[in-house]
Amino acid sequence: MTTDMNADSYVTEDGRTIGPVVMDLKNITLRFGGVVAIKDISFNIREGEIRAIIGPNGAGKSSMLNVISGFYKPQEGEVWFRGSKRPQMKPYQVAQQGLARTFQNIALFEGMTVLDNIMTGRLNKMNANLFQQAIWKGKAEKEELENREACEKVIDFLEIQHIRKTPVGRLPYGLKKRVELARALAAEPSLLLLDEPMAGMNVEEKEDMSRFILDMNDEFGTTIALIEHDMGVVMDLSDRVVVMDYGKKIGDGTPDEVRNNQDVIDAYLGVSHD
Amino acid sequence: MFYREAGDFKTSYRDDNQTFPIRLDRAGYWIALFVAFCVIPFFVNDYWVNSIFAPFFIYAIAALGLNILTGYAGQVSLGTGGFMAVGAYACYKLMVAFPEINIVFHVLIAGGITAAVGVAFGLPSLRIKGFYLAVATLAAQFFLVWLFNKVAWFYNYSASGQINAPERTVFGVIVTGPNTEAWAKYMICLVFLVGVAWVARNLTRGMTGRKWMGIRDMDIAAEIIGVNPLMAKMSAFAVSSFFVGIAGALFFAVYLGAAEAGESFGITKSFLVLFMVIIGGLGSIFGSFAGAAFMVLMPVVLKNLLVGTMGWPTEIAAELEFIIVGGLIVIFLILEPHGLAQLWRLTKEKLRLWPFPH
Repeated sequence: MTTDMNADSYVTEDGRTIGPVVMDLKNITLRFGGVVAIKDISFNIREGEIRAIIGPNGAGKSSMLNVISGFYKPQEGEVWFRGSKRPQMKPYQVAQQGLARTFQNIALFEGMTVLDNIMTGRLNKMNANLFQQAIWKGKAEKEELENREACEKVIDFLEIQHIRKTPVGRLPYGLKKRVELARALAAEPSLLLLDEPMAGMNVEEKEDMSRFILDMNDEFGTTIALIEHDMGVVMDLSDRVVVMDYGKKIGDGTPDEVRNNQDVIDAYLGVSHD
Repeated sequence: MFYREAGDFKTSYRDDNQTFPIRLDRAGYWIALFVAFCVIPFFVNDYWVNSIFAPFFIYAIAALGLNILTGYAGQVSLGTGGFMAVGAYACYKLMVAFPEINIVFHVLIAGGITAAVGVAFGLPSLRIKGFYLAVATLAAQFFLVWLFNKVAWFYNYSASGQINAPERTVFGVIVTGPNTEAWAKYMICLVFLVGVAWVARNLTRGMTGRKWMGIRDMDIAAEIIGVNPLMAKMSAFAVSSFFVGIAGALFFAVYLGAAEAGESFGITKSFLVLFMVIIGGLGSIFGSFAGAAFMVLMPVVLKNLLVGTMGWPTEIAAELEFIIVGGLIVIFLILEPHGLAQLWRLTKEKLRLWPFPH
């Protein structure tokens, strides 16, 4: 079956609908002093798809993710989100627009319980003011209970019921990764960025995580952009892959297209200069 | 054996969220409130109120305030004494200027003024962290005390440079000035303490508290999730200073009756409240109470023990008191760096399983 991937929306082989472009990055260039981390890169992320960003170490993948989440400001280029150009924004404003992310090195709130961490993910859904929260009547309590219910759904989905009330600092690495995913998912993001969700995991944990990523995309229709080093995982999970090397884009397309791209093979396997 | 979760089923999120999830804890809480409000007031005398209850309650309010800032939001502050002075002087000016308004409102407005001052001195926290912020708040401490000593308007040009609390009543009962009865002092401090503790608990269990703790644990991650660091830090400074201001106002108006900025609200006060928070447990409401009780009760108990029971001369006992209290703090922090609250938490975890080890 052939699908026209340039159409406004299309249905994948496994029956998911890929919608229009959510995030469009146009000619992004990011420099740190003299070092050019990202050189004139353009690509887009479509609604409902799993988009992977891969590349060797130091290729600029995490910088790219930081540009998308508003943590770095690119010197050149434009970020278009849902059909309009995104002005200069602080990271928390980007989050309010519906972007959530996880971090390569887990960035959980260690002193809080798992439940509190996940509830924090829903902070943009709650707007009781300080006074209402101080007396804990009416809106504050109502919101707390409603959002607790939403968090419980995420907790069920990611199978972490048993550690709900455990302080995050006591958890092992694999569970922390899962809690961080839960916190991001609790925000009901329109675009979820995962920075190496499987780094440092064993095979079973990777399989669990892959299953969660696929289910998230399938059940909630979450659009996901992820960075990952495990090629097997990337090729199996993603709809489209961007390949970066030394801050440049060297490939973009379906996993099959990328796998057969000569530049990509050269970047990963090396090429003799003769 | 009675301290069990078993059989106490939670069928709603409201039940699951409650402050005391275990039945025995809930009972203990209500009994403590009942005793504090309906039993103790009938038996207290001047000695008990002036050396134990009033300072304990007032320092507990201040410790709750500092705990919100340092324990929950992670912003170190050495300006507590200065902010207490703001509360005290604001309360004094209001009491003198508007004698027809109830003192309760004066205390609350004094808290509000302190909150505004706290936010102003909290602004540097957006740029600096940790020890550097501590030094910035230290500047607030010295500046505020200097200001209240230097500008005569604050103490209404009195010859002594002191401020004296005029007599004020609540529901016809005298609560400030030299003619205050012991139980009235006790009650007004208790009411404010219970109110402050209730608000502190509500704020820290809700989204505001989670934002504060997020900023404390990892500020960059918190910002990327959607916490506005400016609002989170400023609200922590505002709420904290509000409580500290109330504590300062009560300390001056109800407890001391007369105050002088350098003497009553000096740097030692900042350290005292900081010790309470650290010994009690950072980031814990119970810890604020425990820390205040420890620091207020310890000298009293030691004094009674050394002078009363063992018959030592008062001067030697007074000197030894410092050494022993200091030593206890050090020993205590080595044994349990997370404070009395953590000790209490561990005890409760053991009790849940007692008499079984697992």
